[in-house]
Amino acid sequence: MSSTFWIIVAGAIATYLTRVGGHLVISRFENIHPRVEAGLNAVPAAVLTTLVAPAALGAGPAEWAALIVAGLVSLRGGLMAMFLAGAAALILARQFVG
Amino acid sequence: MSAEAISERRAKSDFWDGVRLSMPVVLASAPFALLFGAIAVDNGFSVLEAFLMSAMVFGGASQMVGIELFGQHVAPWLIVLSIFAVNFRHVLYSAGIGRRIAHWPVVQQAIGYFVLTDPQFAVAERRAEAGETVGFAWYMGLGLPVYVFWVTESALGAVFGKLIPDTHALGIDFLLPIYFLGLVMSFRKRPLWLPVIIASAAASIIAYKTVGSPWHVSIGAIAGVLLAVILPPHHSGVETRP
Repeated sequence: MSSTFWIIVAGAIATYLTRVGGHLVISRFENIHPRVEAGLNAVPAAVLTTLVAPAALGAGPAEWAALIVAGLVSLRGGLMAMFLAGAAALILARQFVG
Repeated sequence: MSAEAISERRAKSDFWDGVRLSMPVVLASAPFALLFGAIAVDNGFSVLEAFLMSAMVFGGASQMVGIELFGQHVAPWLIVLSIFAVNFRHVLYSAGIGRRIAHWPVVQQAIGYFVLTDPQFAVAERRAEAGETVGFAWYMGLGLPVYVFWVTESALGAVFGKLIPDTHALGIDFLLPIYFLGLVMSFRKRPLWLPVIIASAAASIIAYKTVGSPWHVSIGAIAGVLLAVILPPHHSGVETRP
């Protein structure tokens, strides 16, 4: 087997450990402290924000327009409507401001 | 109709409910899968290796980082460590989703954790928050199409690498941030939502400019979570138990 293969296998194991590890650690505690629970509840918004904020900051007017449109649509519509509106706004805006 | 047939029918409809919710994810991740395959071959992977990496790691950002470092002939252990660092946020997902799927048989849980990607976690967490059970059939309905398309498109991208037309005009390089913003918005009813995203946004941007990618993800996430932990429980909507 090539070294590339082993890099892939090791990367896969490392990734699986991150996906199962948090549960294995948390499940050892019988009672979850309210503050820990509050922290866990904050996880989705906290992590997903880090995938948006730096990308948004480094982007231009077309991307900002798309994010604003998507953000507004998400106040009323579902995830799919929001996504399609944002994508449409992005494609449209890029026709004008590359 | 027997009870078994009814429960089988329910599992089927749950599965297709999940499949329906997976479609935006499949669409948003398609360009990245194709791009990954193309970049992988460009950086010295074979088509088979690109396929294997997608099938075994199944984590877009970490695969991109891994392939980039591989192309720069970085030491193998450093490549693996970087993949681990990029995926470290999954530890938080794992701790969060564990509460929702603890009632599954162990083998199903083991499979469930394998497909625990960003959108998988977010959409499953939304369902749990709406008071609905996160069942195995529904969860796999959501995760399986994403997985199958991801792996297939990676291989296609590797084969047809250089045939992707102008990706910029089609906006496909920015689809994921849009999708993730939608997920962030969908959690806006949660207590502390705004303070948490402000803390995470600020910390991730600062970390991005100083420490650099991929650490900004873990640092930004920890900042938001810490804020929720530190603020008094009556702000966070979690009842204090005696």
